[in-house]
Amino acid sequence: MSWLHLVIISPFLLAFLIPLLYKSLKQIHTGWFVLPLPLVLFIYFTKYISGVANGNSYLYSLKWIPSLGINFDAYIDGLGLLFALLITGIGTLVVLYSIYYLSKTKESLHTFYVYLLMFMGAMLGVVLSDNLIVLYSFWELTSLSSFLLIGYWYQREKSRYGAQKSMLITVFGGLALLAGIVLLSIPSGTFSIREIVANLDVVTSSSLFIPAMILVLLGAFTKSAQFPFHIWLPDAMEAPTPVSAYLHSATMVKAGIYLVARLSPVFADHAVWFTLVSTVGIITLFWGSFSAVRQTDLKGILAFSTISQLGMIMSLLGVGSAALHYEFLDDNIYVVAITAAVFHLINHATFKGSLFMVVGIVDHETGTRDIRKLGGLMTLMPVTFTIAVIGGFAMAGLPPFNGFLSKEMFFTGMVNVTKMDIYNMETWGILFPVVAWIASIFTFVYSMILVFKTFTGKYQPEKLEKKPHEAPVGMLISPVILASLVVIFGLFPNILESSIIEPTMASVAPSLLDTGEQFHVHITFWHGFTPELFMTIGVIAVGILLFLTLHKWTKIYHLFPESITLNNAYNNGLAGMEKGSNGIMKFMMTGFIRDYLLVIFAFISTAILITLFTQGGFKVDTSNMADIGIYEAILAVIMVLGAITTVFAKSRLTAIISLGVVGYTLALFFVLFRAPDLALTQLVIETVSVALFLLCFYHLPEFKPKKVRVKFHLPNLIIALLVGVTVTLVGIASSSTKLFDSISQYFIKNSYKEAGGENMVNVILVDFRGFDTLFEIAVLCIAALGIYSMIRLRLAKEENR
Amino acid sequence: MEILMSIVSGILFTVAVYLMLSRSILRIIIGTGILSHGVHLLLLTMGGLKAGTVPLLGENAPAYTDPLPQALILTAIVISFGVTSFFLVLAYRAYQELGTDDMDKLRGHENDE
Repeated sequence: MSWLHLVIISPFLLAFLIPLLYKSLKQIHTGWFVLPLPLVLFIYFTKYISGVANGNSYLYSLKWIPSLGINFDAYIDGLGLLFALLITGIGTLVVLYSIYYLSKTKESLHTFYVYLLMFMGAMLGVVLSDNLIVLYSFWELTSLSSFLLIGYWYQREKSRYGAQKSMLITVFGGLALLAGIVLLSIPSGTFSIREIVANLDVVTSSSLFIPAMILVLLGAFTKSAQFPFHIWLPDAMEAPTPVSAYLHSATMVKAGIYLVARLSPVFADHAVWFTLVSTVGIITLFWGSFSAVRQTDLKGILAFSTISQLGMIMSLLGVGSAALHYEFLDDNIYVVAITAAVFHLINHATFKGSLFMVVGIVDHETGTRDIRKLGGLMTLMPVTFTIAVIGGFAMAGLPPFNGFLSKEMFFTGMVNVTKMDIYNMETWGILFPVVAWIASIFTFVYSMILVFKTFTGKYQPEKLEKKPHEAPVGMLISPVILASLVVIFGLFPNILESSIIEPTMASVAPSLLDTGEQFHVHITFWHGFTPELFMTIGVIAVGILLFLTLHKWTKIYHLFPESITLNNAYNNGLAGMEKGSNGIMKFMMTGFIRDYLLVIFAFISTAILITLFTQGGFKVDTSNMADIGIYEAILAVIMVLGAITTVFAKSRLTAIISLGVVGYTLALFFVLFRAPDLALTQLVIETVSVALFLLCFYHLPEFKPKKVRVKFHLPNLIIALLVGVTVTLVGIASSSTKLFDSISQYFIKNSYKEAGGENMVNVILVDFRGFDTLFEIAVLCIAALGIYSMIRLRLAKEENR
Repeated sequence: MEILMSIVSGILFTVAVYLMLSRSILRIIIGTGILSHGVHLLLLTMGGLKAGTVPLLGENAPAYTDPLPQALILTAIVISFGVTSFFLVLAYRAYQELGTDDMDKLRGHENDE
């Protein structure tokens, strides 16, 4: 147990105390007790920056299930540290924001902060685990706590719907991830990521490599809301805004990005990885930005914007993997994609977090998030407006904010794809910059919608529920900090270069470095008249044009009918599955015993017959059989006649008597086959049984003397014949095959010698195999007691009285 | 002889299954009765029907029939008697309480717990 382990589990420990603090100190907002923890953790993690920047990494091991190779290995390197700083840093700001956002009196704060702390701890666990199983455990904990947070206002139907949807999709992906982890661990024999990377040859040559990769990617794509699994994220906006800001923009949705980056050293050399990650990313980028423009809810815009930006980071990671194929080059132009991915990851967390908080403030102060109702808030909420401009312009990729820098690098990365001479990129590569450019135009348009439709234009006080005014200072602190970071990182990107970005890149693509070497990144505003610059100018020009003519072309969104959307497919799929399983249950489970018996008999007979003939078990061998005597033949005829009469009997009495005939004939058979004890027992028991049957018959309804025959029913007959034939064939086959002699010689020899009895059957019953008899007596006793209690106990009737 | 007995028990099984698939409880019980007869006959047949004396040592015969299947059948007869009588009384009580012996009416409803 090291300090780092304690750090990871400290949010869980604090979560235990929260309800106590909430109950005992009602007058203080519970959030204040939570606030110090992420702050302290953030400061703790900053300690590692200098060490990690020098290329060190830290590993602390803790045994959990050593016999299965599952250890809680906490590991800090560039990538883990970057995420840990994001989680704790934005976590601090979000907690601070939530203190002012959530009401002390109206909300159940203890549950909120317990869920939030659970999430924080789980997220720290995901990014700081070296062991894949531990990573998976924390991964599912993030899904679970996210589910709880989305459904925080559980009285609302839409919250429950959104929570369920995100749960189903992310848990589906999580289970795929587990399968991928298991497949990955089979060839390498370990769950440790470092050891898998160290034994990479074994893993890549395994036939499980591609399935493992696809399953892991499925987990990453569902968590990071990549196309077509992005549909859960817009519905997750039913969560309180601090949750949306924290989970659904800055941290949890980046868990998939983290996973892709973390496992890049394992998979990135493979063509499938490049193709899947970059294509899915670029499709998500386009689809997210395209869909964001049509949203009328501010959080809806931000949700699709998050999807789009995550797609951008994902595609950059995919394109960056191409760098591994050019490691011999001195000037590896594909590395810039990895740099852009890491840089944009940080940038996105800052501006998206601030934008969510802005939207929360607008919602809080006006009572609505619908852009059709909002407008003209600029003069009323100047600070919020400023933050929104900074965040929105950074998102659109305008100078001098940090979004501009990462967008320029993004374009550089995408333009470089066209220069690739692998994976057919000479021909298809041109699609990447083109799609990226179009998507950036839409990004520009929705960013402008977000800023200007909310804060400029006509002020419509009659549509607002509250009279808007500037937010309280406490609520503004966090977005102000984030917005200043946007500006600081934009103006002075070099403060991040060597401390954060370079070590992170070293964990994403370690094979590009020789030992002791480090990446050297330099981010500048001005890099000459490059294609990227003209692309950005084009984005701005076309974007402004599109924004001004918005009402003219937004009709294209209505070209697609609602019925073919992905949401609709999800809803119908879910309803279809329920309906389908219901239908199967209704079809199979009819409630008629006869139907179940039909299935049981049909299955047993077919299974036996198939086995009998496929395994060559059927043969007829009469050499060892007894001859047919005249008495036996006559008795057989009588027995068969008796049995058949029970079926065709018009009255039940006839059926009972013919059952008796069969029983007595059986007794006669026992006589003929030299079994006197059996014959005696059979005679007595048959008599008693027939008497019992007659007793029951006597009590049957007199008012309903429907003495009808059994109705003929063809399936019944077929199944009955099938069972009969099966029994006959098995009987013949097994009397023809005697694999070894009977053990009865022992009983014959020892009955008198050992047991002192001459009746062998009785000696077997009470001496050699006495236990059978003991429990047979028990059966009779239980039957007798059961019958007695059935007749005596009349609880239902007594209750009725 | 074994083939004949196998066929006879096959017919008993056919009849029994056909009866068990019917709607009246009494017929189902008759079916189980015939089924157990068929099983007992089959057990005896499987043990071999070769001629030999009754398994009593006092006979001093050179060969006896196999005593083991007989012991097994004896146990089975008693147990099936116990079950059949329990089943009969159950049917009788069910009829008393519910007023029907029709299996299709005894299927209950989906909403019943």
